[in-house]
Amino acid sequence: MKKIEAIIQPFKLEEVKEALKAIGVDGMTVTEVRGHGRQKGHKEVYRGREYQVDLLPKVKLELVVSDGRKDEVVKAVVQSARTGKIGDGKIFIYNVEESIRIRNDERGDSAL
Amino acid sequence: MKLRQLFLAALCCALLPAQTPDADAMKAAIQAAQSAGDNAWMLVSAALVLMMTGPGLALFYGGLVRRKNVLNIMVQSFAMQAVITVLWAVIGYSLAFGEACPYMGGFQYIFLNGVGTAPNGDYAATIPQLTFMVYQMMFAIITPALITGAYAERVKFTAMLLFSVLWTLIVYIPLAHMIWGKGGLLNAYLGGKIPVFDFAGGTVVHISSGVSALVCALYLGKRVGYPDQTRPHSLVLCFIGACMLWVGWFGFNAGSALAASGLASSAFVNTHLASATGAIGWAVAEWYRNGRPSVLGIVSGSVAGLATITQSSGFVQPQAAMLIGLTAGIVCYYMVAKVKDKFGYDDSLDAFGVHGVGGTMGCLFTGVFATNKINDALKVNGVPAPLGWVDGNSGQIFNQAIGAAIGIGLAIVGTYLILKLCDILVGLRVEQHQEISGLDVSLHGEEGYNLES
Repeated sequence: MKKIEAIIQPFKLEEVKEALKAIGVDGMTVTEVRGHGRQKGHKEVYRGREYQVDLLPKVKLELVVSDGRKDEVVKAVVQSARTGKIGDGKIFIYNVEESIRIRNDERGDSAL
Repeated sequence: MKLRQLFLAALCCALLPAQTPDADAMKAAIQAAQSAGDNAWMLVSAALVLMMTGPGLALFYGGLVRRKNVLNIMVQSFAMQAVITVLWAVIGYSLAFGEACPYMGGFQYIFLNGVGTAPNGDYAATIPQLTFMVYQMMFAIITPALITGAYAERVKFTAMLLFSVLWTLIVYIPLAHMIWGKGGLLNAYLGGKIPVFDFAGGTVVHISSGVSALVCALYLGKRVGYPDQTRPHSLVLCFIGACMLWVGWFGFNAGSALAASGLASSAFVNTHLASATGAIGWAVAEWYRNGRPSVLGIVSGSVAGLATITQSSGFVQPQAAMLIGLTAGIVCYYMVAKVKDKFGYDDSLDAFGVHGVGGTMGCLFTGVFATNKINDALKVNGVPAPLGWVDGNSGQIFNQAIGAAIGIGLAIVGTYLILKLCDILVGLRVEQHQEISGLDVSLHGEEGYNLES
Protein backbone atom coordinates (compact mmCIF):
# COMPACT_ATOMS: atom_id res chain seq x y z
CA MET A 1 0.00 0.00 0.00
CA LYS A 2 1.10 3.54 -0.72
CA LYS A 3 0.15 6.79 0.89
CA ILE A 4 -0.03 9.63 -1.61
CA GLU A 5 0.26 13.06 -0.06
CA ALA A 6 -0.38 15.91 -2.48
CA ILE A 7 -0.05 19.59 -1.58
CA ILE A 8 -1.96 21.58 -4.16
CA GLN A 9 -3.45 24.98 -4.90
CA PRO A 10 -6.73 25.37 -2.99
CA PHE A 11 -8.63 26.40 -6.13
CA LYS A 12 -7.61 23.14 -7.83
CA LEU A 13 -9.22 20.91 -5.20
CA GLU A 14 -12.52 20.45 -7.03
CA GLU A 15 -10.79 19.43 -10.28
CA VAL A 16 -8.54 16.97 -8.47
CA LYS A 17 -11.49 15.46 -6.67
CA GLU A 18 -13.33 15.05 -9.97
CA ALA A 19 -10.31 13.42 -11.59
CA LEU A 20 -9.91 10.95 -8.71
CA LYS A 21 -13.59 10.16 -8.75
CA ALA A 22 -13.34 9.46 -12.50
CA ILE A 23 -10.74 6.72 -11.92
CA GLY A 24 -12.71 5.25 -9.03
CA VAL A 25 -10.84 6.54 -5.99
CA ASP A 26 -13.44 7.14 -3.33
CA GLY A 27 -11.56 7.85 -0.11
CA MET A 28 -9.41 10.81 0.79
CA THR A 29 -8.58 13.24 3.60
CA VAL A 30 -8.30 16.96 2.87
CA THR A 31 -6.67 19.53 5.16
CA GLU A 32 -6.30 23.27 4.77
CA VAL A 33 -2.63 24.01 5.35
CA ARG A 34 -0.22 26.90 4.88
CA GLY A 35 3.24 26.80 3.44
CA HIS A 36 5.55 27.76 0.65
CA GLY A 37 8.16 26.31 -1.62
CA ARG A 38 9.85 28.35 -4.31
CA GLN A 39 6.78 30.47 -4.82
CA LYS A 40 7.49 32.44 -1.64
CA GLY A 41 4.77 34.72 -0.32
CA HIS A 42 3.19 37.99 -1.24
CA LYS A 43 2.91 41.49 0.21
CA GLU A 44 -0.15 42.91 1.96
CA VAL A 45 -0.57 46.59 2.82
CA TYR A 46 -2.65 47.79 5.78
CA ARG A 47 -2.86 51.55 6.28
CA GLY A 48 0.35 52.02 4.36
CA ARG A 49 2.30 49.39 6.27
CA GLU A 50 3.61 46.47 4.26
CA TYR A 51 3.47 42.95 5.60
CA GLN A 52 5.36 40.09 3.96
CA VAL A 53 3.11 37.03 3.99
CA ASP A 54 5.38 34.01 3.57
CA LEU A 55 3.01 31.16 4.21
CA LEU A 56 0.32 30.82 1.60
CA PRO A 57 -2.89 28.87 1.91
CA LYS A 58 -2.65 25.40 0.35
CA VAL A 59 -4.67 22.21 0.46
CA LYS A 60 -3.16 18.89 1.55
CA LEU A 61 -4.75 15.80 0.08
CA GLU A 62 -3.95 12.40 1.60
CA LEU A 63 -5.03 9.06 0.21
CA VAL A 64 -3.85 5.49 0.58
CA VAL A 65 -4.10 3.13 -2.40
CA SER A 66 -2.99 -0.37 -3.27
CA ASP A 67 0.49 -0.65 -4.83
CA GLY A 68 -0.96 -1.35 -8.26
CA ARG A 69 -3.03 1.81 -8.39
CA LYS A 70 -0.26 4.19 -7.36
CA ASP A 71 0.80 5.35 -10.83
CA GLU A 72 -2.65 6.08 -12.24
CA VAL A 73 -3.64 8.00 -9.10
CA VAL A 74 -0.47 10.08 -9.21
CA LYS A 75 -1.06 10.75 -12.91
CA ALA A 76 -4.64 11.87 -12.23
CA VAL A 77 -3.53 14.27 -9.48
CA VAL A 78 -0.66 15.71 -11.52
CA GLN A 79 -2.81 16.29 -14.60
CA SER A 80 -5.70 17.87 -12.75
CA ALA A 81 -3.67 20.02 -10.32
CA ARG A 82 -1.19 21.41 -12.83
CA THR A 83 -1.36 25.02 -14.06
CA GLY A 84 2.27 25.13 -15.17
CA LYS A 85 3.11 27.99 -12.88
CA ILE A 86 5.20 28.21 -9.71
CA GLY A 87 3.09 27.25 -6.71
CA ASP A 88 1.35 24.19 -8.15
CA GLY A 89 2.57 22.09 -5.23
CA LYS A 90 4.19 18.70 -4.67
CA ILE A 91 3.35 15.03 -4.25
CA PHE A 92 5.04 12.74 -1.74
CA ILE A 93 4.63 8.96 -1.70
CA TYR A 94 5.13 6.78 1.37
CA ASN A 95 5.04 3.06 2.03
CA VAL A 96 2.19 2.06 4.29
CA GLU A 97 2.68 -0.86 6.67
CA GLU A 98 -0.90 -1.69 7.42
CA SER A 99 -4.43 -0.38 7.14
CA ILE A 100 -7.27 -1.31 9.45
CA ARG A 101 -10.97 -0.60 9.10
CA ILE A 102 -12.08 0.38 12.58
CA ARG A 103 -15.69 -0.80 12.07
CA ASN A 104 -14.88 -4.48 11.51
CA ASP A 105 -11.12 -4.92 11.97
CA GLU A 106 -10.66 -5.67 8.25
CA ARG A 107 -6.96 -5.45 7.23
CA GLY A 108 -4.83 -4.74 4.15
CA ASP A 109 -6.01 -3.71 0.68
CA SER A 110 -9.61 -4.63 1.44
CA ALA A 111 -9.67 -2.06 4.25
CA LEU A 112 -8.89 0.79 1.85
CA MET B 1 -76.05 99.14 8.95
CA LYS B 2 -74.79 101.00 11.93
CA LEU B 3 -76.81 98.87 14.25
CA ARG B 4 -75.46 95.75 12.66
CA GLN B 5 -71.81 96.93 13.01
CA LEU B 6 -72.40 97.75 16.64
CA PHE B 7 -73.86 94.32 17.17
CA LEU B 8 -70.86 92.63 15.57
CA ALA B 9 -68.42 94.68 17.61
CA ALA B 10 -70.25 93.73 20.78
CA LEU B 11 -70.23 90.11 19.75
CA CYS B 12 -66.47 90.24 19.16
CA CYS B 13 -65.92 91.81 22.55
CA ALA B 14 -67.99 89.11 24.13
CA LEU B 15 -66.10 86.34 22.37
CA LEU B 16 -62.54 87.64 22.79
CA PRO B 17 -62.01 86.73 26.42
CA ALA B 18 -63.24 83.27 25.59
CA GLN B 19 -60.63 83.02 22.79
CA THR B 20 -57.64 83.68 25.02
CA PRO B 21 -57.69 80.34 26.85
CA ASP B 22 -58.09 78.66 23.47
CA ALA B 23 -54.91 80.37 22.21
CA ASP B 24 -53.03 79.34 25.33
CA ALA B 25 -54.21 75.80 24.92
CA MET B 26 -53.11 75.84 21.30
CA LYS B 27 -49.69 77.20 22.24
CA ALA B 28 -49.31 74.50 24.86
CA ALA B 29 -50.36 71.87 22.33
CA ILE B 30 -47.81 73.15 19.82
CA GLN B 31 -45.09 73.10 22.47
CA ALA B 32 -46.03 69.60 23.50
CA ALA B 33 -45.93 68.45 19.88
CA GLN B 34 -42.51 70.02 19.33
CA SER B 35 -41.22 68.53 22.54
CA ALA B 36 -42.49 65.10 21.55
CA GLY B 37 -40.81 65.35 18.14
CA ASP B 38 -37.54 66.63 19.56
CA ASN B 39 -37.48 64.09 22.34
CA ALA B 40 -38.14 61.22 19.95
CA TRP B 41 -35.19 62.25 17.77
CA MET B 42 -32.90 62.81 20.72
CA LEU B 43 -33.64 59.42 22.29
CA VAL B 44 -32.93 57.77 18.94
CA SER B 45 -29.74 59.83 18.63
CA ALA B 46 -28.58 58.76 22.07
CA ALA B 47 -29.13 55.13 21.11
CA LEU B 48 -27.23 55.67 17.83
CA VAL B 49 -24.23 57.11 19.67
CA LEU B 50 -24.21 54.12 22.02
CA MET B 51 -24.25 51.87 18.95
CA MET B 52 -21.10 53.64 17.77
CA THR B 53 -19.19 52.30 20.78
CA GLY B 54 -20.66 48.81 20.82
CA PRO B 55 -20.77 47.24 18.36
CA GLY B 56 -19.39 49.96 16.02
CA LEU B 57 -16.03 50.82 17.53
CA ALA B 58 -15.66 47.39 19.12
CA LEU B 59 -15.91 45.72 15.70
CA PHE B 60 -13.79 48.35 13.94
CA TYR B 61 -11.00 47.97 16.48
CA GLY B 62 -11.66 44.25 16.97
CA GLY B 63 -10.85 43.49 13.35
CA LEU B 64 -7.63 45.50 13.45
CA VAL B 65 -6.02 43.54 16.27
CA ARG B 66 -4.65 40.03 16.07
CA ARG B 67 -6.95 37.08 16.64
CA LYS B 68 -5.60 36.43 20.12
CA ASN B 69 -6.68 39.88 21.35
CA VAL B 70 -10.06 40.34 19.72
CA LEU B 71 -12.17 39.81 22.84
CA ASN B 72 -9.94 42.02 24.96
CA ILE B 73 -10.21 45.03 22.66
CA MET B 74 -13.96 44.55 22.24
CA VAL B 75 -14.66 44.29 25.94
CA GLN B 76 -12.69 47.48 26.55
CA SER B 77 -15.36 49.36 24.60
CA PHE B 78 -18.11 47.48 26.38
CA ALA B 79 -16.50 48.17 29.76
CA MET B 80 -16.79 51.88 29.00
CA GLN B 81 -20.51 51.40 28.39
CA ALA B 82 -20.83 50.02 31.90
CA VAL B 83 -18.28 51.97 33.92
CA ILE B 84 -18.56 55.44 32.41
CA THR B 85 -22.35 55.19 32.54
CA VAL B 86 -22.22 54.84 36.32
CA LEU B 87 -19.53 57.50 36.65
CA TRP B 88 -21.61 59.90 34.57
CA ALA B 89 -24.76 59.32 36.59
CA VAL B 90 -22.98 59.60 39.93
CA ILE B 91 -20.88 62.69 39.31
CA GLY B 92 -19.83 63.15 35.69
CA TYR B 93 -22.92 64.90 34.40
CA SER B 94 -22.91 67.32 37.32
CA LEU B 95 -19.24 68.19 36.92
CA ALA B 96 -19.63 68.70 33.18
CA PHE B 97 -22.95 70.50 32.96
CA GLY B 98 -23.49 71.93 36.43
CA GLU B 99 -22.54 75.53 37.04
CA ALA B 100 -19.56 76.49 39.14
CA CYS B 101 -16.45 77.93 37.51
CA PRO B 102 -15.14 78.30 33.95
CA TYR B 103 -13.16 75.06 34.15
CA MET B 104 -15.42 72.62 35.93
CA GLY B 105 -19.10 72.25 36.80
CA GLY B 106 -20.56 71.99 40.26
CA PHE B 107 -22.23 69.35 42.37
CA GLN B 108 -25.89 70.31 41.93
CA TYR B 109 -26.75 67.31 39.72
CA ILE B 110 -24.79 64.76 41.74
CA PHE B 111 -26.48 61.31 41.64
CA LEU B 112 -28.75 62.90 39.00
CA ASN B 113 -30.33 65.01 41.72
CA GLY B 114 -32.83 67.36 40.09
CA VAL B 115 -32.41 65.82 36.65
CA GLY B 116 -35.92 64.89 35.61
CA THR B 117 -38.43 65.20 32.82
CA ALA B 118 -38.45 69.00 32.95
CA PRO B 119 -36.14 70.57 30.36
CA ASN B 120 -32.97 72.42 31.30
CA GLY B 121 -33.52 75.66 29.41
CA ASP B 122 -29.81 76.51 29.32
CA TYR B 123 -28.99 73.51 27.16
CA ALA B 124 -32.10 72.20 25.45
CA ALA B 125 -35.43 73.84 26.14
CA THR B 126 -37.68 71.32 24.42
CA ILE B 127 -36.47 67.96 25.73
CA PRO B 128 -36.41 66.47 29.23
CA GLN B 129 -33.12 67.06 31.00
CA LEU B 130 -32.95 63.29 31.42
CA THR B 131 -32.72 62.97 27.64
CA PHE B 132 -29.99 65.60 27.46
CA MET B 133 -28.11 63.89 30.28
CA VAL B 134 -28.25 60.43 28.69
CA TYR B 135 -27.33 61.81 25.26
CA GLN B 136 -24.22 63.46 26.74
CA MET B 137 -23.49 60.24 28.61
CA MET B 138 -23.05 58.41 25.31
CA PHE B 139 -20.36 60.92 24.30
CA ALA B 140 -18.54 60.39 27.59
CA ILE B 141 -18.63 56.63 26.90
CA ILE B 142 -17.22 56.66 23.39
CA THR B 143 -14.38 59.10 24.07
CA PRO B 144 -12.23 56.92 26.37
CA ALA B 145 -13.24 53.95 24.21
CA LEU B 146 -11.53 55.67 21.25
CA ILE B 147 -8.27 55.82 23.22
CA THR B 148 -8.23 52.05 23.67
CA GLY B 149 -6.97 51.84 20.09
CA ALA B 150 -3.64 53.32 21.17
CA TYR B 151 -2.72 50.82 23.87
CA ALA B 152 -4.42 47.83 22.28
CA GLU B 153 -2.96 44.35 22.69
CA ARG B 154 -0.68 45.18 25.62
CA VAL B 155 -2.47 47.02 28.44
CA LYS B 156 -3.64 45.48 31.71
CA PHE B 157 -7.40 45.40 32.15
CA THR B 158 -7.15 47.00 35.59
CA ALA B 159 -4.93 49.77 34.26
CA MET B 160 -7.34 50.37 31.39
CA LEU B 161 -10.30 50.72 33.76
CA LEU B 162 -8.49 53.00 36.19
CA PHE B 163 -7.05 55.09 33.39
CA SER B 164 -10.43 55.51 31.72
CA VAL B 165 -12.21 56.62 34.90
CA LEU B 166 -9.48 59.10 35.86
CA TRP B 167 -9.18 60.33 32.27
CA THR B 168 -12.92 61.01 32.09
CA LEU B 169 -12.77 62.98 35.34
CA ILE B 170 -9.56 64.89 34.66
CA VAL B 171 -9.52 65.45 30.90
CA TYR B 172 -12.94 64.84 29.38
CA ILE B 173 -15.22 66.50 31.92
CA PRO B 174 -13.28 69.77 32.28
CA LEU B 175 -13.04 70.05 28.51
CA ALA B 176 -16.75 69.30 28.05
CA HIS B 177 -17.56 71.89 30.69
CA MET B 178 -15.29 74.53 29.19
CA ILE B 179 -16.82 74.16 25.74
CA TRP B 180 -20.43 73.14 26.39
CA GLY B 181 -21.13 73.81 30.07
CA LYS B 182 -22.87 76.94 31.31
CA GLY B 183 -20.25 79.54 32.17
CA GLY B 184 -17.49 77.42 30.61
CA LEU B 185 -14.33 79.24 29.54
CA LEU B 186 -14.75 78.43 25.84
CA ASN B 187 -18.55 78.35 25.62
CA ALA B 188 -19.62 80.62 22.77
CA TYR B 189 -23.26 80.68 23.88
CA LEU B 190 -23.38 80.56 27.66
CA GLY B 191 -20.99 83.19 28.93
CA GLY B 192 -17.55 81.93 27.92
CA LYS B 193 -14.59 84.32 27.63
CA ILE B 194 -13.22 82.79 24.43
CA PRO B 195 -15.96 81.69 22.03
CA VAL B 196 -15.08 78.32 20.47
CA PHE B 197 -17.56 76.61 18.18
CA ASP B 198 -17.71 72.88 18.72
CA PHE B 199 -20.99 71.53 17.43
CA ALA B 200 -20.63 67.84 18.21
CA GLY B 201 -17.32 67.38 19.98
CA GLY B 202 -14.46 67.76 17.51
CA THR B 203 -12.39 69.18 20.35
CA VAL B 204 -14.16 67.61 23.32
CA VAL B 205 -14.16 64.09 21.86
CA HIS B 206 -11.71 63.76 18.99
CA ILE B 207 -8.82 66.08 19.85
CA SER B 208 -8.93 64.99 23.49
CA SER B 209 -9.01 61.26 22.75
CA GLY B 210 -6.68 61.41 19.74
CA VAL B 211 -3.92 63.38 21.46
CA SER B 212 -4.25 61.29 24.62
CA ALA B 213 -3.92 58.22 22.42
CA LEU B 214 -0.57 59.46 21.15
CA VAL B 215 0.64 60.04 24.70
CA CYS B 216 -0.46 56.51 25.65
CA ALA B 217 1.27 54.99 22.63
CA LEU B 218 4.52 56.81 23.44
CA TYR B 219 4.34 55.99 27.15
CA LEU B 220 3.54 52.30 26.75
CA GLY B 221 5.96 51.58 23.94
CA LYS B 222 5.57 49.16 21.09
CA ARG B 223 3.85 45.82 21.07
CA VAL B 224 5.97 42.68 21.00
CA GLY B 225 6.34 41.83 17.34
CA TYR B 226 5.61 45.36 16.09
CA PRO B 227 5.59 46.12 13.23
CA ASP B 228 6.14 42.90 11.30
CA GLN B 229 3.81 40.58 13.18
CA THR B 230 0.84 42.82 13.82
CA ARG B 231 -1.26 42.25 10.74
CA PRO B 232 -5.01 42.88 11.34
CA HIS B 233 -6.91 39.62 11.75
CA SER B 234 -10.28 40.41 10.19
CA LEU B 235 -11.06 43.28 7.89
CA VAL B 236 -14.59 41.92 7.67
CA LEU B 237 -15.18 42.90 11.30
CA CYS B 238 -13.52 46.25 10.60
CA PHE B 239 -15.77 46.82 7.65
CA ILE B 240 -18.97 46.10 9.58
CA GLY B 241 -17.78 48.34 12.42
CA ALA B 242 -17.01 51.21 10.06
CA CYS B 243 -20.47 50.95 8.50
CA MET B 244 -22.03 51.16 11.95
CA LEU B 245 -19.87 54.15 12.84
CA TRP B 246 -21.07 55.98 9.73
CA VAL B 247 -24.72 55.43 10.66
CA GLY B 248 -24.17 56.09 14.35
CA TRP B 249 -22.46 59.36 13.53
CA PHE B 250 -25.81 60.76 12.39
CA GLY B 251 -26.89 60.54 16.01
CA PHE B 252 -23.59 62.02 17.12
CA ASN B 253 -23.63 65.05 14.82
CA ALA B 254 -27.24 65.64 13.76
CA GLY B 255 -28.32 64.81 17.31
CA SER B 256 -26.09 67.62 18.55
CA ALA B 257 -28.71 70.06 17.26
CA LEU B 258 -30.56 68.83 20.39
CA ALA B 259 -33.81 69.08 18.43
CA ALA B 260 -35.45 67.57 15.34
CA SER B 261 -34.77 70.84 13.57
CA GLY B 262 -33.56 72.18 10.25
CA LEU B 263 -30.14 72.46 11.88
CA ALA B 264 -30.23 68.71 12.54
CA SER B 265 -30.88 68.13 8.83
CA SER B 266 -27.97 70.39 7.98
CA ALA B 267 -25.63 68.51 10.31
CA PHE B 268 -26.96 65.18 9.01
CA VAL B 269 -26.21 66.08 5.39
CA ASN B 270 -22.79 67.55 6.22
CA THR B 271 -21.88 64.43 8.15
CA HIS B 272 -22.87 62.19 5.29
CA LEU B 273 -21.02 64.26 2.68
CA ALA B 274 -17.81 64.44 4.71
CA SER B 275 -17.83 60.69 5.29
CA ALA B 276 -18.22 60.09 1.56
CA THR B 277 -15.50 62.52 0.49
CA GLY B 278 -13.23 61.28 3.30
CA ALA B 279 -13.48 57.75 1.90
CA ILE B 280 -12.75 59.05 -1.60
CA GLY B 281 -9.81 61.19 -0.41
CA TRP B 282 -8.06 58.35 1.42
CA ALA B 283 -8.72 55.86 -1.36
CA VAL B 284 -7.38 58.17 -4.07
CA ALA B 285 -4.27 59.05 -2.05
CA GLU B 286 -3.56 55.38 -1.42
CA TRP B 287 -4.35 54.37 -5.00
CA TYR B 288 -1.92 57.02 -6.19
CA ARG B 289 0.85 55.97 -3.83
CA ASN B 290 0.39 52.21 -3.68
CA GLY B 291 -1.27 51.45 -6.96
CA ARG B 292 -4.22 49.82 -5.18
CA PRO B 293 -7.21 51.11 -3.22
CA SER B 294 -7.48 49.06 -0.03
CA VAL B 295 -10.69 48.21 1.76
CA LEU B 296 -9.24 49.28 5.10
CA GLY B 297 -8.17 52.56 3.49
CA ILE B 298 -11.62 53.32 2.13
CA VAL B 299 -13.37 52.72 5.43
CA SER B 300 -10.65 54.51 7.42
CA GLY B 301 -11.10 57.53 5.14
CA SER B 302 -14.77 57.61 5.96
CA VAL B 303 -14.02 57.57 9.70
CA ALA B 304 -11.44 60.35 9.18
CA GLY B 305 -14.03 62.43 7.31
CA LEU B 306 -16.56 61.86 10.07
CA ALA B 307 -14.15 62.76 12.87
CA THR B 308 -13.10 65.90 11.04
CA ILE B 309 -16.59 67.18 10.19
CA THR B 310 -17.81 66.66 13.77
CA GLN B 311 -16.82 70.06 15.09
CA SER B 312 -18.27 72.04 12.19
CA SER B 313 -21.17 69.76 11.25
CA GLY B 314 -23.81 72.24 12.43
CA PHE B 315 -22.04 75.37 11.25
CA VAL B 316 -20.99 74.95 7.63
CA GLN B 317 -22.49 74.75 4.15
CA PRO B 318 -22.58 71.36 2.42
CA GLN B 319 -19.90 72.44 -0.08
CA ALA B 320 -17.53 73.17 2.80
CA ALA B 321 -18.38 69.82 4.35
CA MET B 322 -17.34 68.02 1.16
CA LEU B 323 -14.03 69.89 1.10
CA ILE B 324 -13.40 69.21 4.80
CA GLY B 325 -14.04 65.48 4.34
CA LEU B 326 -11.82 65.21 1.27
CA THR B 327 -8.94 67.01 2.99
CA ALA B 328 -9.36 64.79 6.05
CA GLY B 329 -9.12 61.62 3.99
CA ILE B 330 -5.92 62.69 2.28
CA VAL B 331 -4.16 64.22 5.31
CA CYS B 332 -5.05 61.40 7.70
CA TYR B 333 -3.78 58.86 5.16
CA TYR B 334 -0.38 60.55 5.06
CA MET B 335 -0.31 60.86 8.83
CA VAL B 336 -1.02 57.18 9.32
CA ALA B 337 0.99 55.75 6.44
CA LYS B 338 4.01 58.07 6.40
CA VAL B 339 4.38 60.18 9.52
CA LYS B 340 3.73 57.36 11.97
CA ASP B 341 6.42 55.26 10.31
CA LYS B 342 8.86 58.13 10.38
CA PHE B 343 8.52 58.59 14.13
CA GLY B 344 8.10 54.89 14.82
CA TYR B 345 5.49 55.09 17.59
CA ASP B 346 3.00 52.23 17.87
CA ASP B 347 -0.39 54.00 17.84
CA SER B 348 -1.75 50.53 17.30
CA LEU B 349 -5.12 51.31 15.71
CA ASP B 350 -4.37 54.89 14.64
CA ALA B 351 -6.52 56.72 17.16
CA PHE B 352 -4.16 59.69 16.95
CA GLY B 353 -3.67 59.63 13.19
CA VAL B 354 -7.40 59.64 12.55
CA HIS B 355 -9.09 61.29 15.55
CA GLY B 356 -6.34 63.55 16.84
CA VAL B 357 -5.29 64.85 13.45
CA GLY B 358 -8.83 64.94 12.05
CA GLY B 359 -10.19 66.61 15.18
CA THR B 360 -7.54 69.33 15.13
CA MET B 361 -8.08 70.02 11.44
CA GLY B 362 -11.83 70.10 11.99
CA CYS B 363 -11.46 72.60 14.82
CA LEU B 364 -9.55 75.01 12.60
CA PHE B 365 -11.81 74.41 9.60
CA THR B 366 -14.73 75.48 11.79
CA GLY B 367 -13.11 78.87 12.22
CA VAL B 368 -12.86 79.18 8.46
CA PHE B 369 -16.20 77.87 7.24
CA ALA B 370 -18.71 78.43 10.08
CA THR B 371 -21.52 80.64 8.84
CA ASN B 372 -24.69 82.15 10.27
CA LYS B 373 -26.48 81.15 7.08
CA ILE B 374 -26.53 77.66 8.56
CA ASN B 375 -26.51 78.36 12.29
CA ASP B 376 -27.98 81.66 13.50
CA ALA B 377 -28.25 80.74 17.17
CA LEU B 378 -25.54 83.20 18.21
CA LYS B 379 -27.07 86.66 18.20
CA VAL B 380 -25.66 90.09 18.95
CA ASN B 381 -28.36 92.71 19.57
CA GLY B 382 -30.92 90.37 18.08
CA VAL B 383 -29.02 89.95 14.82
CA PRO B 384 -27.18 86.71 13.91
CA ALA B 385 -23.49 87.25 14.62
CA PRO B 386 -20.85 86.50 11.99
CA LEU B 387 -19.28 83.14 12.86
CA GLY B 388 -16.25 82.16 10.82
CA TRP B 389 -13.92 83.61 8.24
CA VAL B 390 -16.51 83.17 5.48
CA ASP B 391 -18.77 85.52 7.48
CA GLY B 392 -15.93 88.04 7.71
CA ASN B 393 -14.91 87.04 11.24
CA SER B 394 -11.35 85.91 10.54
CA GLY B 395 -10.47 86.18 14.25
CA GLN B 396 -12.53 83.06 14.88
CA ILE B 397 -9.73 80.92 13.42
CA PHE B 398 -7.57 82.21 16.25
CA ASN B 399 -10.28 81.42 18.82
CA GLN B 400 -10.59 77.91 17.43
CA ALA B 401 -6.80 77.52 17.61
CA ILE B 402 -6.91 78.48 21.29
CA GLY B 403 -9.66 75.92 21.85
CA ALA B 404 -7.62 73.24 20.10
CA ALA B 405 -4.48 74.23 22.02
CA ILE B 406 -6.29 74.00 25.35
CA GLY B 407 -7.68 70.60 24.35
CA ILE B 408 -4.25 69.37 23.25
CA GLY B 409 -2.50 70.77 26.33
CA LEU B 410 -5.00 69.30 28.76
CA ALA B 411 -4.86 65.94 26.97
CA ILE B 412 -1.06 65.79 27.04
CA VAL B 413 -0.58 66.86 30.64
CA GLY B 414 -3.64 65.06 32.03
CA THR B 415 -2.96 61.81 30.21
CA TYR B 416 0.71 61.76 31.15
CA LEU B 417 -0.03 62.29 34.85
CA ILE B 418 -2.79 59.68 34.85
CA LEU B 419 -0.55 57.14 33.10
CA LYS B 420 2.18 57.80 35.64
CA LEU B 421 -0.27 57.28 38.49
CA CYS B 422 -1.72 54.09 36.98
CA ASP B 423 1.79 52.81 36.35
CA ILE B 424 2.65 53.27 40.02
CA LEU B 425 -0.64 51.92 41.37
CA VAL B 426 -1.34 48.88 39.18
CA GLY B 427 1.27 48.80 36.39
CA LEU B 428 0.31 49.48 32.78
CA ARG B 429 1.58 46.65 30.63
CA VAL B 430 0.87 42.97 30.90
CA GLU B 431 3.75 40.52 31.34
CA GLN B 432 5.54 39.72 28.11
CA HIS B 433 4.46 36.07 28.16
CA GLN B 434 0.84 37.19 28.55
CA GLU B 435 1.22 39.53 25.61
CA ILE B 436 2.67 36.76 23.47
CA SER B 437 -0.02 34.23 24.33
CA GLY B 438 -2.65 36.91 23.79
CA LEU B 439 -4.77 38.93 26.19
CA ASP B 440 -7.93 36.89 25.52
CA VAL B 441 -6.48 33.79 27.12
CA SER B 442 -4.16 35.44 29.62
CA LEU B 443 -6.51 38.13 30.97
CA HIS B 444 -9.98 36.72 30.38
CA GLY B 445 -9.48 32.96 30.08
CA GLU B 446 -11.43 32.87 26.84
CA GLU B 447 -10.86 32.79 23.11
CA GLY B 448 -12.65 34.68 20.38
CA TYR B 449 -12.83 31.81 17.95
CA ASN B 450 -13.19 28.26 19.22
CA LEU B 451 -13.41 26.72 15.80
CA GLU B 452 -12.99 23.17 16.99
CA SER B 453 -15.84 23.27 19.50
